Amino acid sequence: MSAVVENHDHHDDHHHGPKKGIMRWLKTTNHKDIGTLYLWFAFAAFLLGGAFAMGIRAELFEPGLQLMDPIRYNQLVTMHGLIMIFGGVMPAFVGLANWLIPLQIGAPDMAMPRMNNLSFWLLPVAFAILLSTAFMEGGLPGFGWTFYAPLSTNYPNVAYFVFAIHIMGASSIMGSINVIVTIMNMRAPGMTLMKMPLFVWSWLITAYLLIAVMPVLAGAVTMLLMDAYFGTSFFDAAGGGDPVLFQHVFWFFGHPEVYIMILPAFGITSHIISTFSRKPLFGHSSMVYAMVSIAVLSFVVWAHHMFTVGMPLVAELFFMWATMLIAIPTGVKVFNWCATIFKGSITYETPMLFAIAFVVLFTIGGFSGLMLAITPADFQYHDTYFVVAHFHYVLVPGSVFSIMAAVYYWLPKWTGNMYDEKMGKLHFWLSFIGVNITFFPQHFVGLAGMPRRYADYALQFAEWNAVSSVGAFLFGLSQLLFLYIVVKTVFAGKKATPQVWDGADGLEWTVDSPAPYHTFDVPPKVK
Amino acid sequence: MKNKLWALILYPLSFFMSADWLDINMPVGVTDISREVFGLHMTIFFVVVAIGVVVFGVLFWSMWKYRRSNNKKPATFTENHTVEILWTIVPTLILIAMAVPASITLKKIYDHEAEEGGIDIQVVGWQWKWQYKYLDEQVGNKPLSFFSNLTTPPDQYEFNRVEKNENYLLEVDEPVVIPVDTPVRFLITSNDVIHSWYMSDFAVKQDAIPGFINVAKTKVNVPGIYRGNCTELCGERHAYMPIVVKAVTQEEYQEWLQSKRDLAEQIAYLTEKEWTSDELLATGEEIYETRCAACHQTNGAGIAGFYPALAGSDVVMNDKAKQIEILMEGIRGSQMQSFAEQLNEVEMASVITFTRLAWGNEKSGDGEIVIPKDIVDYKETNL
Amino acid sequence: MNTETTSHQKYYVPESSSIPIVFAVAMLFFGVGAADAVMGKGTTLLFIGIVTVIGTLAYWWSVVIRESHAGLDTPQLNTSYVYGMAWFIFSEVMFFAAFFGALFYIRTFSISWLGGEGPTAKGLAGDLLWPDFEATWPPMITPEESLMGEQAITKGPDENMYLQSIGSLGTWLPLYNTVVLLTSSGTVHFAHMALKDNNRKRFNFWLGITVLLAFIFVILQALEYYEAYAHLGLTISSGVYGTTFFMLTGFHGMHVLIGGIFLATQLTRSAGYNHFSDKEHFGFEAASWYWHFVDVVWVCLFLFVYIL
Ligand code: HEA
Ligand code: HEA
Ligand code: HEC
Ligand code: CUA
Ligand SMILES: [Cu+2]
Repeated sequence: MSAVVENHDHHDDHHHGPKKGIMRWLKTTNHKDIGTLYLWFAFAAFLLGGAFAMGIRAELFEPGLQLMDPIRYNQLVTMHGLIMIFGGVMPAFVGLANWLIPLQIGAPDMAMPRMNNLSFWLLPVAFAILLSTAFMEGGLPGFGWTFYAPLSTNYPNVAYFVFAIHIMGASSIMGSINVIVTIMNMRAPGMTLMKMPLFVWSWLITAYLLIAVMPVLAGAVTMLLMDAYFGTSFFDAAGGGDPVLFQHVFWFFGHPEVYIMILPAFGITSHIISTFSRKPLFGHSSMVYAMVSIAVLSFVVWAHHMFTVGMPLVAELFFMWATMLIAIPTGVKVFNWCATIFKGSITYETPMLFAIAFVVLFTIGGFSGLMLAITPADFQYHDTYFVVAHFHYVLVPGSVFSIMAAVYYWLPKWTGNMYDEKMGKLHFWLSFIGVNITFFPQHFVGLAGMPRRYADYALQFAEWNAVSSVGAFLFGLSQLLFLYIVVKTVFAGKKATPQVWDGADGLEWTVDSPAPYHTFDVPPKVK
Repeated sequence: MKNKLWALILYPLSFFMSADWLDINMPVGVTDISREVFGLHMTIFFVVVAIGVVVFGVLFWSMWKYRRSNNKKPATFTENHTVEILWTIVPTLILIAMAVPASITLKKIYDHEAEEGGIDIQVVGWQWKWQYKYLDEQVGNKPLSFFSNLTTPPDQYEFNRVEKNENYLLEVDEPVVIPVDTPVRFLITSNDVIHSWYMSDFAVKQDAIPGFINVAKTKVNVPGIYRGNCTELCGERHAYMPIVVKAVTQEEYQEWLQSKRDLAEQIAYLTEKEWTSDELLATGEEIYETRCAACHQTNGAGIAGFYPALAGSDVVMNDKAKQIEILMEGIRGSQMQSFAEQLNEVEMASVITFTRLAWGNEKSGDGEIVIPKDIVDYKETNL
Repeated sequence: MNTETTSHQKYYVPESSSIPIVFAVAMLFFGVGAADAVMGKGTTLLFIGIVTVIGTLAYWWSVVIRESHAGLDTPQLNTSYVYGMAWFIFSEVMFFAAFFGALFYIRTFSISWLGGEGPTAKGLAGDLLWPDFEATWPPMITPEESLMGEQAITKGPDENMYLQSIGSLGTWLPLYNTVVLLTSSGTVHFAHMALKDNNRKRFNFWLGITVLLAFIFVILQALEYYEAYAHLGLTISSGVYGTTFFMLTGFHGMHVLIGGIFLATQLTRSAGYNHFSDKEHFGFEAASWYWHFVDVVWVCLFLFVYIL
């Protein structure tokens, strides 16, 4: 026992800085360090996934195979989807959760700091396993991020893919348990549930979704593994199974997953819009109820991804109606944001620009989502670029813009330095224009019938694809600007005040900028 | 100056007014259902555009009106129950208004019963081609069946050496032929992985699930040639298995059926004929290029990790019987499919002969050729 | 929820630690090793992975226990562990839900459709593709077998695990297993009561019985599997029946094993090191929750895999 106490001889004195060198990052238990690790990991993944997207867009610039054979193309698409979702957006939100939740609820750290560190380090491990297949015969997975059986059960190297997903899932589950426990157990006295900041609320709900669906994904990949290597017949009609069963299991995970990628964005947007309108958020509690409704509904709409698999009519109708319902709570959120802006005193710094672009472009993505929900019409839209346009609108100027907004908004709190506002605005406008040029024309080619996951396409789609590719390169290059701005701010810049933004409200703005290594050792009192 | 200005305005407008602009929208199609779906699509589209105009209108107006320089003192309200109830109820009503017609159309699409005078065509997805079986038309003792392969040559898509055809990637050797104004049921399934049979002009998209049947019923009103695609990722040549439907009048349809029957007789005659290795080689190379090269590659080298090389393969060089068996039965649990239905006896013999002689296999192996008779014999002993 | 705490106790935030990163590296070996093993590329890495994973975990928990004994934990930290365990069990519930969902789907939909039942479109599968397949549960003949007979690769089992006749009730292993597990749920509860009464001896006794029952269960199940493979022609590749049977009972069995080891650890802690008091015994409580969870899963299994 005494040995332990010796090991932990500092435990009474938390007000020392971090360790030096690489060991700080490998061994850290500090939520801010871990948040930083997650965010950089996500950024790296975004660049890698983005580079893959550039490969896709370059190949699609004109009809014909120019740069790669179709196997390589499918691998790029698959890895692009997987990396962006599991390596980019999700870890970025977890990084923000790590940085912000303890600060916003007045907790000294996350509830289980060592497990927190493990959650992070499992991610590089999982991606190392996934990417290692690049160096094997048969190469990277090429069956789409949705890995439908039986295409995937007969694919080379799926075992590596399966175990990589298992480890990612374990990471997510542990991360979410940490988030939930932190929020439920470590709020400062006086911080009742309904007083909780919306970002915290959004993550509470997200974490719940994650714990509920990641194990289902684990189940799906396990069944896949068994079918591929152990002769089971879950997805094989010859033995009495059904390939469509795979899709049900996958989308039971998959649909909540897309809300996992948007709920934290809702939280972030609520903070930023209120701050820069200098006006309290309109309908704080209805925002909470809306998110809860979205989360609950997200469990009963999964088969809208499978309208064309030939489900019985009742199922089609049920899933169509349930899906349409989601527009109502989402609408409440959009209207609340507009009402927050209404009669505010608004300034347009970079975070606000990204947040407003989020509201507008996410809504456009939501509208196309609603069109997709109309089953007879989805028979035309499904698996065309119309779907690609839909989900990039909700994911890129949706999730990704909200992440960028959050980075600009809290970067001064993290680093103690203000970012360069001019550069920030430039980054915004280039991204805004780029993203629309990239993804808006995809609606057109989609409606005209261009299928997705096509390495090559018919001539009538050529013009808009060329436009889209040009936009993609513009958007992609602009992200280098983002990298530059962030790096520059880490090292230099105008010193930030604790408050940073004059309309900002919340516990995180009561501590210094940069936030000290340890905060809220003694919980603050919340009125 | 003034002219230039007009040109600037008119040029983009002319784009939308020309017939081509429909390329950016869903085709209206040629069936009652497809028109209905198009109407549904336009209705929802205009509804969301209208909502968008209102919401974004309010948003942009407030953004401009309440900018800091114009409004120093922000209001402090945080709730207003009236508007909150309103903006929950109004969208609900709008959604109901959309759900009703959508459900009605869906119910129509889901009428899958066979009709008097209708025809049933079983559609089978294969990596990477479609097979069509006319279940009510017998040729010999089997239903009329044929495969529909892409005809765009690799010179156009892979090497980009030749200018691309008008129907680049949307052209096949044998389109599926259907009569107009007749209910046609496509009974869709697959032989290997999931494919999806997508014909935009009919508003039909149904997944081809191995081991299960999905039904798409359609009744085309306008004769013509319609082109579609496979829309479920089914491996690397997913983009290269187009669908072409030829809708013809009832008389033309009957003529076409007759020509199919005649063809079957001709082939039976051809198997009797004596074949030289040169004749076989010539057809064989062509068949190899369209049916085998997708996987085993033009140079016979295969793709490591996916498809074995045929150049230098022991089976191909030295085991004639085994090779015939592989081609006839496929290799279970792998992508090597059975070609028994895809190739007739002559084609089968020639493609096997080709692989046994090409890429130096002739020198390193036994160099024997396979003649159509061998295939006929195989069929007789194994059926 | 701790909103009421007025006097603040410091929440224990551990110093930076090398355990997680070592564990992550162990997982790298484990993941790559498992994939290698599955694909037939050797088992060395898997072995290293398993050993290091178990070693690190054991060390990690021992550190947590020592910290708790050093008085570093507060009621608030304990609450974190309680919530953490509860949510972990919830995630396990969802994992099993995926497999039960698969079972229900196969039984209600895919088997009937393959057998030609269901709405027009769906029933056609049976008519056109599998004309001789009949929808029964459990399917003793797979669709493929109905089509190709002896040449089929995926064949149904010779016998299934359902109770064949009332007479064979006495030799029906699942019944024994059910009795064993239900009893063990009771004994673990008695152990808990004993601990609350501060009766160490009684606690050790009942906990010991529970651990014993856990291992009896595992042995019985191993026996059942042996029977299935050796005499009933029922294997994991006997069509969907074999698939669902072995996957569901297999994962459950694995959880029994883990739960048994979990409980055995608590027994060692109590009997060997005198850990736990009538108030503080979360390690044991967590193990018993887990045990009850495993028990509930079994009841569902018994119902849906062996009886209905
Ligand atoms: C962040 C991720 C995200 C989000 C938030 C959404 C949101 C929605 N999605 Fe999307 N979706 C994806 C990510 C996302 N989706 C992805 C990745 C895929 C493809 C996966 C793949 O196949 O690879 C997909 C695919 C997808 C499909 C399947 C298409 C197909 O493959 O055929 C459908 C079908 O119903 C759908 C519907 C919806 C709906 C109804 C919403 C709703 O939540 C949207 C609600 C929002 C609004 C409606 C706008 C705001 C509301 C108002 C202003 C109120 C008033 C409005 C009305 C009354 C109309 N999505
Ligand atoms: C959060 C998720 C996310 C994000 C952010 C993105 C971002 C982008 N995506 Fe995609 N995408 C998906 C999720 C996402 N995507 C998913 C799930 C699929 C479906 C996969 C499947 O079908 O299985 C998909 C599929 C998909 C397709 C369809 C492929 C097909 O069906 O054949 C296309 C095609 O245009 C595309 C393009 C892009 C582009 C141009 C970006 C851009 O926004 C990316 C911009 C970022 C960068 C470019 C990186 C930063 C810059 C550099 C690294 C510098 C170098 C840059 C240059 C040289 C210009 N994505
Ligand atoms: C869809 C892809 C695909 C197509 C098309 C295809 N093959 Fe194959 N072929 C395979 C695969 C995969 C294998 C390896 C199967 C295995 O051994 O598991 C294979 C194996 C073979 C073999 C056995 C090789 C050996 O060394 O064992 C021969 C011979 C063969 N194919 C000939 C052909 C011919 C001739 C054609 C065209 C008429 C053809 N294949 C078309 C995928 C294909
Ligand atoms: Cu067949 Cu895609
Ligand atoms: Cu969805």
